[in-house]
Amino acid sequence: MIRITTPKFRDRDVTDEAVYLNRRQLMGGAMAGLGLGLAGPAMAAPSGLKPNSFEEVTNYNNYYEFGTSKTDPAKYAHTLTTSPWTVKIDGMVNKPGDYALDDILSKVSVEERIYRLRCVEAWSMVIPWNGFTLSSLLNRAGVQSGAKYVAFETVARREEMPGLRYPVLDWPYVEGLRLDEAMHPLTILATGVYGKSMPEQNGAPLRLVVPWKYGFKGIKSIVRISLTDRQPPTAWNKANAREYGFYSNVNPQVDHPRWSQATERVIGAGLFGSRRETDMFNGYGDEVASLYAGMDLKKNY
Amino acid sequence: MIADRINAATRNVPAWPLYIIGALPPAWLIWSGFTGRLGVDPVKVMEHQMGEWGLWLLIAGLTITPLQRFAGVRLVKYRRAIGLLAFFYIVLHLLIWLVLDVQIVSQIIADIYKRPYITIGMAAFVLMIPLALTSNNWSIRKLGPKWRQLHKLVYLVVPLGGIHFLMLVKGFQIEPLVYLAVIVGLLALRLVPRRRAVRA
Repeated sequence: MIRITTPKFRDRDVTDEAVYLNRRQLMGGAMAGLGLGLAGPAMAAPSGLKPNSFEEVTNYNNYYEFGTSKTDPAKYAHTLTTSPWTVKIDGMVNKPGDYALDDILSKVSVEERIYRLRCVEAWSMVIPWNGFTLSSLLNRAGVQSGAKYVAFETVARREEMPGLRYPVLDWPYVEGLRLDEAMHPLTILATGVYGKSMPEQNGAPLRLVVPWKYGFKGIKSIVRISLTDRQPPTAWNKANAREYGFYSNVNPQVDHPRWSQATERVIGAGLFGSRRETDMFNGYGDEVASLYAGMDLKKNY
Repeated sequence: MIADRINAATRNVPAWPLYIIGALPPAWLIWSGFTGRLGVDPVKVMEHQMGEWGLWLLIAGLTITPLQRFAGVRLVKYRRAIGLLAFFYIVLHLLIWLVLDVQIVSQIIADIYKRPYITIGMAAFVLMIPLALTSNNWSIRKLGPKWRQLHKLVYLVVPLGGIHFLMLVKGFQIEPLVYLAVIVGLLALRLVPRRRAVRA
């Protein structure tokens, strides 16, 4: 059964990770030219990122609905039922409704995007996502002219998500983007990693990835997307507005009140693996800095 | 009674094996870290585990007096070992943070000044130093009654450690609150007035 990747990726399910990476390098140049969707330099800046292993990507997760430890999601998230899956798209759209995931996937092209994920906790890893641009889905739903923001909501099923028993956050998890951020070509809804179906602990079957923002903006297991003219509430901002702003762009000059954001620990670099200096907008400044021209990023953190 | 049984069972058990037993968990943890057995982020696992074990030992140290006073269990001969082990665990916790986690000297210094949870953790550690240095018979003799006064600093050290933990978690989490409640409870037991001699 086709679940969450389009058929053209299925051959990779049986491809060894190392071989797969090699193949990517060989094919990258050719396919970028053909527009076949492997991330070319413009969409994958900074280029030359070496992805973390599948093991690392799927065993070091923040998904508090399954527990607050980094290893809880890998242990417990398998209980999440991800098929069938529908996403309610509502608010200021021309075609509101419940969209079946299979239906969504049948009308988009899934691409690979290798992005660095910078967590607000000052660590980073590089993840080869498979996904499609959020803009392609929003265009299909028909964004009305007055809409200014996009709100997202994660599924909340107590019987499947043990972490919901604890009031760590005000469940369900909610996130939001400004419309121009949502429509940006770097912003994707991811359906897989390493050419495989999205593991539950990474936010199956459909999650947001906004590479120039801290990882928590990448809301997981999305069940609702609403277009609105008001800035929507966001889960971490509700929990602690002083520490987590609406924008949450990666910014080495604006520290988290409890820790520095100037550097980040590189996951998978080994015990003595040095930190790296955090890049403004996580290295995607050329593409996105213009979205924030004239804004005080210390105030709009 | 259970208390009598514990007292009888421990009568001839010296404290020194505790140092050997206490060295095993950190040794195992560090060995696991260096041999890739601690998962994707061994540095954080080692750092957090040493901090948490250190807090356990600090709390264990606070239970000795109430156990004797309210339950009649006499374990006071083990208290020095527990306290010193707690200190060494926290030293390791700190070393892992310095050498493996932050690594950058300027950022370490900035963190100590600017980050309240690190300031508090560091303050608790600094307050432990004189306690560790005077945890020997010679110091007890030399300091006399002042030794008791000095070692009341643990009443500050342990809650600071608990607050340090509470301040570093994200969101509303139960675990550090449980530790803090236990610490406050153990300190509150010290405020229970001593019963006067039975009046005729």
